[in-house]
This record gives sequence, structure tokens and C-alpha cells, in this order.
Amino acid sequence: MGLLSDPSRRKVLTGLLTRLNTPICIVCYLAGIVWFMGLAFEPFTLRTYMSENAMGSTMVLLRGAIMMLVCFCSGMPVEWLVKAMQSRGLEVFTQSFSRKLPFPDENKERYMVRGTNVYGILRAPRAPRTEALVISAPCSPGDSNNQAVGLLLALAQYFRNQVYWAKDIIFLVNEHDLMGTQAWLEAYHHTNITGMEYSPLQGRAGSIQAALSLELSSDVITSLDLILEGLNGQLPNLDLANLFYAFCQKLGVLCTIQGKLQRNDWDTAEGYTHAAQTMMLMVLKQACGRSWGDHGLFLRYHIEAASVRGINSFRHYKTDAATIGRLLEGMVRKLNNLLERLHQSYFFYLLPSLSRFVSIGCYMLAFGLLVVILLLRALDLWVHLGAPALAAPSGPGVLTVLTPVVISHLTGVALYLLPVHLQEMAVEHFPVSETEAVVLTAVAIYTAGLALPHNTQRLLSGEGTEQGWKVLKLTALLYLAVLLGCTALINFSLGFILAVTLVPITASMTPHMPKALSALVMVLLSPAFTVLYCVFIYQELIEAPVSVSEGWMLFLSVISQGILDHALYGSLVYPLLALFIYPCWLMFWNILFWS
Amino acid sequence: MAAPLTLLLIVAVTIRAVLFRSSWAELISERVEVVSPLNAWKRVVEGLALLDLGVSPYSGDVFHETPFMIYLFHFVVDYAEIVFMVSPGLVFCLSRFLTSLYLFRKQKYALESDRYPADCLELLRSPKEMFYIPLKVAMFYLLNPFTILSCVAKSTCGLNNAIIALFILCTLKGSALLSGILLALATYQSIYPLTLFAPALLFFLQRLYIPVNLRRSSFWFFTLQYAFIYVGSLVVITGLSFFLLGSWDFIPSVYGFIFSVPDLTPNIGLFWYFFAEMFEHFRLFFICVFQINVFFYTIPLSIKLKEHPVFLIFMQIAIISIFKSYPTVGDVALYMAFLPAWSHLYRFLRNIFLVSCVLLACSALFPVLWHLWIYAGSANSNFYYAITLLFNFGQILLVSDYFYAYLRREHHLTHGLYLKKKDGTEATLVLK
Repeated sequence: MGLLSDPSRRKVLTGLLTRLNTPICIVCYLAGIVWFMGLAFEPFTLRTYMSENAMGSTMVLLRGAIMMLVCFCSGMPVEWLVKAMQSRGLEVFTQSFSRKLPFPDENKERYMVRGTNVYGILRAPRAPRTEALVISAPCSPGDSNNQAVGLLLALAQYFRNQVYWAKDIIFLVNEHDLMGTQAWLEAYHHTNITGMEYSPLQGRAGSIQAALSLELSSDVITSLDLILEGLNGQLPNLDLANLFYAFCQKLGVLCTIQGKLQRNDWDTAEGYTHAAQTMMLMVLKQACGRSWGDHGLFLRYHIEAASVRGINSFRHYKTDAATIGRLLEGMVRKLNNLLERLHQSYFFYLLPSLSRFVSIGCYMLAFGLLVVILLLRALDLWVHLGAPALAAPSGPGVLTVLTPVVISHLTGVALYLLPVHLQEMAVEHFPVSETEAVVLTAVAIYTAGLALPHNTQRLLSGEGTEQGWKVLKLTALLYLAVLLGCTALINFSLGFILAVTLVPITASMTPHMPKALSALVMVLLSPAFTVLYCVFIYQELIEAPVSVSEGWMLFLSVISQGILDHALYGSLVYPLLALFIYPCWLMFWNILFWS
Repeated sequence: MAAPLTLLLIVAVTIRAVLFRSSWAELISERVEVVSPLNAWKRVVEGLALLDLGVSPYSGDVFHETPFMIYLFHFVVDYAEIVFMVSPGLVFCLSRFLTSLYLFRKQKYALESDRYPADCLELLRSPKEMFYIPLKVAMFYLLNPFTILSCVAKSTCGLNNAIIALFILCTLKGSALLSGILLALATYQSIYPLTLFAPALLFFLQRLYIPVNLRRSSFWFFTLQYAFIYVGSLVVITGLSFFLLGSWDFIPSVYGFIFSVPDLTPNIGLFWYFFAEMFEHFRLFFICVFQINVFFYTIPLSIKLKEHPVFLIFMQIAIISIFKSYPTVGDVALYMAFLPAWSHLYRFLRNIFLVSCVLLACSALFPVLWHLWIYAGSANSNFYYAITLLFNFGQILLVSDYFYAYLRREHHLTHGLYLKKKDGTEATLVLK
């Protein structure tokens, strides 16, 4: 406690921190970025390993599953599925659900959604039926996923004849991809958090331990892609990825993550770039907070889940469906051996490749280095303000700070509520569709918020003191630090991306800077532009670069998807940005125009 | 003065009324930071249902409130919201009287400023500063998010706070009888206010100009008199409870529950994790250690602060709320309401920036880590306990900082503000 109680040493420390504040901040920022980029460098990462004993040492004997291929033309053949599952000896049930979207989804062309889930339960012959595993396959019209259901039925037939199942296995075929999964999961767990209408489930199994989701669009594939990112950036236990990787190695199937194969030349520049791209893709996907496959919704119910997607490219080496069947059989058998939920391995990680991972202790440091800048700045302001200045915050002093804070947050609430609620009015008065109305209203409110300082000044009755903005900045800095810290704990990638763009402007903003230039920089680093940059970088990384106008259209569709994800599945990214990050940014905007 | 106070009251009531009606109320009343097994409204309702059925409310190990509380709610259960609205209002009115009374005393000090060295005048508060203090105390209590949460969750903690505030008011008014009775009531509610006996006694002794001298008969006479009032009313209250219920069930169920800490639901305190991790055969020993910890500080603090009983009350309340077995944010709010009364100590505080950052960050991180642990399943109890530890570290730092600042101010009042070392250089005070 010497540091906290000895006044002379404290004085030296605070003196050092205030004198060298700017250099320290710059060093911290650069160190944070470099550290983050260094995470993809192989010597800094750890090799993945299986932590769960129940899955590690046991042998599973793999036999070929008999394939049965089905092709659907349009819609979901519910009756046929029920019959097919019944003929394979499962207990089959259906569940119907319906949902009216807040506004039409133009990407998937749906508005009034009506669908049916079909699921069959294979009862465990060897143990009390208290636990279950789920294998799901989304069934959508068209060819995009027509082989997955066939594989699912083939697996069901094969599993039915085995005697070693200790957990019930649920084969779920869900319509309208995520919405079907959402309806089924909510009914299974007796919750209703998103206002969906669905019929109750007629049959249930035990508590679900793990789930696998299949996406397969052709009967032969070149590689299998593993998708882990779930709702709100949640990830399944790393052991699930390890399990997948181990079986791919064993069966000689090419496996990828983020669609990228693993390379062995980590010491070359190309090797490092490849790993960095893979990791950046994971960060971007995680940050956007949506579920990248059907598995993403399972994670919310504490069920470890991943999606396996078959990719058919122009390589010569092909894998047939029987091998995929054996791979899935192996994974399910290992999961069947579990004595408790997967919990041994990491839940917070980044994957530069399937065999390498970065754990939370490593990557949090990069974020910590960025956030410490905010705290150092706040300390600096505190020392400059001097303790007595804050000792007696008289009435008007508090009010000066409170007014911008309240107004910024009201703008945030408007940004959150108005787009969806005003769409009818917008459609009436302007020649736009509902979806466009929602997105454009959001953009309009966002832009209108920038006009705010002038209004705030009037409410302040014209007097903005030197102390006033310092107090406001101190408040805003601490607020942002807490906000980013909480965000990074739940979704590291989102917190980190926001910190990278917000920290430089927030740390350096004062009213004495050249107005036009700093305003331009602030706008270019505002949350909306961050989203725009992410869209471009993502397109660049998946090797499908877009032009500016296409990028703009993608940006608009990302916003509408964000609002829809919030309404349909409870994704938190849109409310976080609208209700907290944007108002916080507005406070700094206010400081810039303080007079 | 009256206008801002009325405005404040209206704002406070509006916030609570809106929150009571919103969908947040249910969410808040489930939070472990806001309600504890002792004061959760859900458990009170359960106890009431059992009472109505003619079963002892203490059968079933759910209800742990005192019999008085359950009979109070038996009659006003339909107006429960109003009761919970009134209880902070009660504290609010009291705080107003309390501070004005206390400050009146302080003002007398200011009038006697010639007693102190000339350069210490800036340490004394001007009447203008003191004029605003009741308003600030009321604001700190009524608009404190912790109080609002606790009130919206209908935690009975608010009523306990009201009783303690009433006790402080009666003590400062100098009514030994009422003070003793209210202290007994507060003790009956949650045992820990027992430690407030010492500061109250010291206050009355000081007020009656009785020196604290063990060989004086007047000292013993008054001490015994006050102790008699206290113990007598405690016995009467407990006896009344027995006659109300017709059994002694409530003793193990309320006080046994507080002392032996059988419910290890996570909360913002230090007990749950420690006892969840411990081997069963060490449990008794460590429970004794942890519980003695709450009471132990009374002795050294009473000796050190025997001239300043009101500050001692603040210290005791803070220590209780940090170290008690089932703390909630409502307890924290009670001692935080006192902070504006010590605004003259502000210039001597050293870690207030650090402490406010820690408390702010922890308050935000509690729900986040709870979500990660319980709902997402990706974090575990260690994460949550780490934040609990940090929160309590912040509180302890806050209290010790105020303690140091108080002692330092007293030192300056007698020795002058600008201290010189023997060789003439400027000296600094260090707490060792």
C-alpha cells in the first residue's frame, strides 16, 4: 500500500504520468495494435489439444454409413420427411411456427414467415434418457442445402441399428434456417424471448449437451468448413473444434476455417499473412454479432454447437458423402461418451488456423493497452482539473455536463426506436420500400445527431467554460472505458474494433483543435464509418472485393440485417451501438464544438 | 431550500413509480446484487402465504425475515409498493433533519473558530456550504441508483435502512430512550447494528458532558441506564415476536441464518465463494473468524474516535455493509448517503479518483460477468468473485480514505494547516 499512502511517491508517479501522458498514450496504442497483429504469428500461439478426457482416449470404430440421396425441388416435404423418419424407427414430431418480421427482409425475401420443423428422436438404449445430442440440417427451397437432409436420414438409419447410444439423439430438420431453429429451441426450453408464435413440442428428450448443424449442397465435396461464431459473438468450447480437427486428420478430409486452408510455412511472409487474414475474418465475423449458422442459437442455451459446411471447389481430390458420414458418426460417438458438458477447454479464443489458437489471456492484453489510454487521459484531466474544483460541484456545473449527456442519449434512443416504428409513415411520404425506409431513417437520425452541439449550446444558455468541457470529457472517457470493457468481455472482437477506431479521437479531442479538420476525422472514425470499413475489409478478405457503390448497398443491407437480427434473435449489437456507443461518441462531438 | 427538496422528492418518486410499472421491475428483483436471501420480496410473499395458511412461515427454509416484518406486511401487503416508496422518503426526511441538526453543532464549532489556529479557518465550513448539505444528502440517497434498484426490487433492506436512519436521528436529537428502542429494533432486524451501541453511547456521554472514565460513577450510571433501555427493549421485542408466532422458530431461522451462512447464493459480499470452496470441517472456524471481523473493528475505532461519535457511526455502518454475511447494494447506499456530510474532508482524500473508477467499473461488470457465468456458460464463478473482491477493495479503500482524511483534518485543526518539520521544510502527514 506504499504507493497509495505515501504522498511523495504518489506525487512522483502522477507527475510522470501527466508529463509523459501523450507519449505513453501513443506507445500504448501502437503496442496494442502490434500485439494484436502479432497474435497471428505462429510462435506466439498455442497448439490446440483435446482437454476433455472422455473424448480424448476412447477409440471409436468407424463404419461406413449407407447413403441415401434426396433432392427437393421447392419447399419442405413435411409429410415425406415424417414418413421417412418413421420408417427409420424414430419417434417423429412436427412443430409449426409463424412470425411476422418487423419489416421485409430483402436479402432472403421474406416477410410473413410460416414454417414447420420436423424432428425425430432416437431414444438411447443404454442409459436413462436425461441427456441428448442434436444433429440439425436446415431445409430450404432450392439446391443450396439439398444433400444435408439426405445425409441426416442416412445417419439416422445407421444410428438406429447401433446399441451404444447413452444419450438421446435428436434429428432436426428446420425450415427457414435460423427462424426454425429459434422456434424449436424456444419451445424446447419453454421460453419466448422474441415474440415468435409456435406450437408446443409434442415430444422431448433430455437436456441437450451438444449440437451439430450440417450444410451440404453437393454429394461430393473437396473440403469441410467449420463455423463457430454464434449469436453475440459467443463461441462454443474449443474442444468441439479440436474434435472436428482430430477426425478430419484421421480420415484425411481437408478441413478449413473461415474457408481458409491451413499452411505450414509460418516463417514466410505469405504464411503469416494467411494466418492474419484467417484471424481477421474470425474477428470481423464475431464482431458483427450475428449467428453464422444454425448452431449460433444453440449457444445461448448453454449448448456447445458448431456448423459443418461442405465446400465443393475445383480441386481434384474429392471426398464422398460416405466419408462425411463416418466423420459425423465419429464426432457424435465421442460426444456420446461425454460425462458432463464440454467445459474443460477454452471458451474465449481466436483461431489463426484450425490447429492453433490464441487464448483470452493473450488477446485481452491488446485490448487492455487500448483502454488504458482512456484511463490515463482521464487521470491527466483529473490532475489538471485539480481536486478542489470538483469538491463543490454547484448546481449549474452539474447541469452543464448533464445536458449534453441526456441529449446524446435521447438521440440514441431515437436511433434505436424510430426506424422501425416510423416505417409506415416514411413509406407513405417517400417513394421507398419498407426496408429502405427503415435503413434510411436510421441513417438520417444518425446524421441529424451531428447537428446536436448547436442545440445543446442554446440549452446551456451560452456559457461553456473551460472547466465545463473538461468535466464532460472526464465523464465521457470513463463512460467509454467502462462501456468498451464490458463489450470486450462479452464479445472481444466488437470491443476491440470499436476501441481501435474510437480511442484515438476520444483521447485527443479538445475544443481548441482546428474545427473543420477534426470534425472530418471524427466523422470518419465514427461508429457508422467503422461498420462501413468492416464491410469493405470483410469483402476484401473473402476475396470478393466490391466497388464503392456496391459497398454502400452492402452497408445498408448490413444495417437492416442488424436491426432484424435484434428483433428476431435478440442480437445485441444494434442496441449497443445505438443506445450506448453512438451517444458516447456524440458527447465527444459536443466537446469539439464547445464554445 | 424547500423548493429544490420538493422537486427532488417528485423526481425520485417519479423514477420509482415508472420503474415499478415497467418490465424492468421483475428483472431487477431477481438480481443477486439487489436482493439477498434475507430481504427478497419473493420470500416475504412466500412467508405471508404460509402465514395465511396457518403454517409457521419459517417452515420450509425460504423465509428469513423477522416476525415483525411479516406482520407489518400482513396488513399492508396490498400497499407494498407504497411502503417501499415511503421508506426511502422516510430516510430522506430524516437525513434532512439529521444533517441540519448535526451541522448546527458544527456551526457552533465555526463560531468558536477562535479556538483554532488562524490558518485553519479554511478547514471550517461556512454556513452557506452547510446550507446545501441536507439537500445533497437527500440527493445522494434518493437518486443513488443503488437505492432506486433496491427500492424497485422491493427489498426489505430499505425498511432496515429507514430504522437505522431513525435511530441516528433520535440519537442526534438526544433522546436516549427512543434511540435505545430503535437501536434494539435495528438489532432485532439484522443483528449487525449491535455495533452502533458504542457510538451512540459515546455521543450521549459527550452530550451530557460525562467524561469517559472507568472510575467515575456517573459514567457507569449512564452506561448502565442506556444498556438497560437497549437490552430491555430487545427482550420485549423478542418476547412480543414469540407471542405473535407462538414459537421460537424465528431465532434459528433468522439469526442462525445470518450467523451460520447456509445460503451460498452469490452476492456482492465476501462470504459465498469462500465458504463454497471450503472443506466442511473448517467451516465453523472460518465462520467465527469472518463474523468476528464485523464486530472487531468497534473496539479500536471507538478508542480512536471517541471524541467523534457521529463519524464513528458512519464508519460502523460502512464496515457492517462491507463485511456482513448477505450484503446488497441497498446497504452500500446507506453509508454512501453520508458522504456529502463529510464534504469538508474532500481536500484530504487521496484515492477518490481510483475508488470512484473501481466502484463504477465494478457496478457495470457485475451484470456482465453474471451473464457470462450463468447464461452464456463461458465464464465461471471465479470471474464474478474477482469483481466482488474488487468492489469490496474499492469500498474498503473509500472508508479508510475517509478515516485518514478525518484524522488528518483533526490534526490540522490543532496543529495548524501548514506543518513545518524541525528543520523548517514543509512536512507531510503519513498514516502508518
